[in-house]
Amino acid sequence: MALVIENLTRRFGATEVLRGIDLAVADRELVALLGPSGSGKTTLLKIIAGLDWPNAGSLTVADEDWLARRPQTRETGFVFQHYALFPHMRVRDNIAFGLTVQPRPRRPDAAAITARVNELLQFLQIETLADRYPAELSGGQRQRVALGRALATSPRILLLDEPFGALDAQVRRDLRRWLRHVHEASGTTTIFVTHDQEEAFELADRVVVMGAGRIEQIGRPDEIYDHPASPFVARFLGHTVELPVTLQAGRVQARGLDATALPRRALPDGPARLFLRASDITPVPAEDGRYRITDLASTGALLRVRLTESAGVEMDAEVPRRTATALAVGQAVHLRVQAGCVFVDPRSATAPPARPTVPADAPLSELKESLP
Amino acid sequence: MTASTPTASVIRPKRVLPGFGLTMGLTLTYVGIIILLPIIALVLKGAEVGPLRFLEIASAPRTLAALKLTISAAAMASVLCAVYGLLMAWVLVRYDFPGKRLLDALIDIPFALPTAVAGLTLSALFAGNGWYGAVLEPQGIKVVYTIWGVTIAMAFTSIPFVVRTVQPVLEDLDPQYEQAAATLGAFPFTAFRRIVFPAIFPAFVVGISLSFARSLGEFGAVVFIAGNLPMETEIASLLAVIRLEEYDYNGAAVIALTLLILALVLLAASNLLQARAMRYKGKRQ
Ligand SMILES: Nc1ncnc2c1ncn2[C@@H]1O[C@H](COP(=O)(O)OP(=O)(O)O)[C@@H](O)[C@H]1O
Ligand SMILES: [Mg+2]
Repeated sequence: MALVIENLTRRFGATEVLRGIDLAVADRELVALLGPSGSGKTTLLKIIAGLDWPNAGSLTVADEDWLARRPQTRETGFVFQHYALFPHMRVRDNIAFGLTVQPRPRRPDAAAITARVNELLQFLQIETLADRYPAELSGGQRQRVALGRALATSPRILLLDEPFGALDAQVRRDLRRWLRHVHEASGTTTIFVTHDQEEAFELADRVVVMGAGRIEQIGRPDEIYDHPASPFVARFLGHTVELPVTLQAGRVQARGLDATALPRRALPDGPARLFLRASDITPVPAEDGRYRITDLASTGALLRVRLTESAGVEMDAEVPRRTATALAVGQAVHLRVQAGCVFVDPRSATAPPARPTVPADAPLSELKESLP
Repeated sequence: MTASTPTASVIRPKRVLPGFGLTMGLTLTYVGIIILLPIIALVLKGAEVGPLRFLEIASAPRTLAALKLTISAAAMASVLCAVYGLLMAWVLVRYDFPGKRLLDALIDIPFALPTAVAGLTLSALFAGNGWYGAVLEPQGIKVVYTIWGVTIAMAFTSIPFVVRTVQPVLEDLDPQYEQAAATLGAFPFTAFRRIVFPAIFPAFVVGISLSFARSLGEFGAVVFIAGNLPMETEIASLLAVIRLEEYDYNGAAVIALTLLILALVLLAASNLLQARAMRYKGKRQ
């Protein structure tokens, strides 16, 4: 393992920003830290780079205590969210900076520095920008220069904080593909921060989902997408619909709901909660349907169907517009569910409802509030 | 039929911000009456003298000596202000310590204090029986009635210029630049030299040239400690006053004009230096 983090904790005054982070990153791996704003992603990145320090925990790189090193000797390349290019230096000098400040014995001579910079300019496809100042570059170009500056010293670990956050959609997509290519070509162990799940899933070998200073789930993109480990991850990954259901012999059951497409779960019988993406719900017209269509809105490719249950519960379903010609406002429907995830309510699973025994830090304790 | 063609005035865009005429007018009036007119009067007075006579007065030994003293002392004072002003700005911005606000307020005292008071206080302190003088004079260091006294008085009155120009720029400097430099391997001194200093350099130059210009013209704080011996510790602005008192208006005007030219040349040089340092701001965006 290139980088091992154990039980890392960071407090700012009374607020715990990181609460016991455990993470191991392999050599040459590309890992995404995914989480909502304020979940502690930047703080974790800064601690790895040595720009911030933990209150407890350990950080090792190749078994060496990395916390004992100063940021100057950690050999990490850091790309800041807003790039932090040196405004008074041309692109060429920005990229060369890390080489020119090496201690004398290790510093390459001027010719070697120029050669390395030229090589990077070419690699990053920004040769024509070499003599510009950062103020004369577009956002995407600045991003490339920032990456070039970070790569110039051949860091052991590359850290990128929301590398595409400030760019528009088209540039983001281009740069994403390009970054993947850069990572494959340079082979640098890379951790990047994002709050955009699509970005994380498309780019990363593994995704680390963070919420409120904790790691909620670590896994390959598809694994996380298909099997969120907690209600938090499910909600964060777009399961916006939550329904109270009953589990019976591993099957999800609820009135007005056809969940036969869901696989059997090895979960105890009893009440549970079903988390669904709007696109995984298909309304099927039925005389005795428990749900009624109260609104239809087209987004072009999709039809957004507003559904109201007889008890007043509302939800949205999304269906391809061309296949949904049979739907009309006022219609009674029942719901067919293609995919979803189920979490058992800890109260009912561990004790009779009359005497709740929820441990304070149970991962599902947040369900308490959302249950009727 | 004329009604069908819209006139140009209909299309003319209106200014977004109202009040341009009034505010600009008042500004120009003020600049004209308070700044420009006196300078023009001075230049005219000097021009009246004629170039040959001008050179003659300006190169008279006593005038030359006064100018030399003034410029040398002002230059030394500016160096002092540059070094200590930068240091103070750095300390005030980068560190938190008890009494920081008090120190910050103290910086302004040379501006707030009547310069004559400053001059009297300094000469009392550095006199042979003063607190500083009692220590220095036995070592053979004489401050009052020497160029050192003039320098100290000038430095005292102009130090706020450097602190107050550098401080806000340093405060606004995003710490991410230094953090980026650190991750790239730059230790604090290198980061200061390569990143921080270039960022504050334009403001620093302004501060230094302001303190030099102020030192050139400083009168109240200097005359008490200088001793004002002709040919030795007589500053240029005092000589101008002496010429006026002798009803030698031309002599006074020549000295004043020389100081003015010096200040203008300095200002131009400082602007040039700034423009060079700010090249990177770029043409686009
Ligand atoms: N220097 C600091 N002082 C106090 N609180 C901070 C500081 N830096 C970050 N925080 C807090 O820590 C939390 C996590 O911040 P951050 O790591 O930037 O989150 P993210 O990058 O995931 O959006 C936020 O609530 C933020 O307000
Ligand atoms: Mg952040």
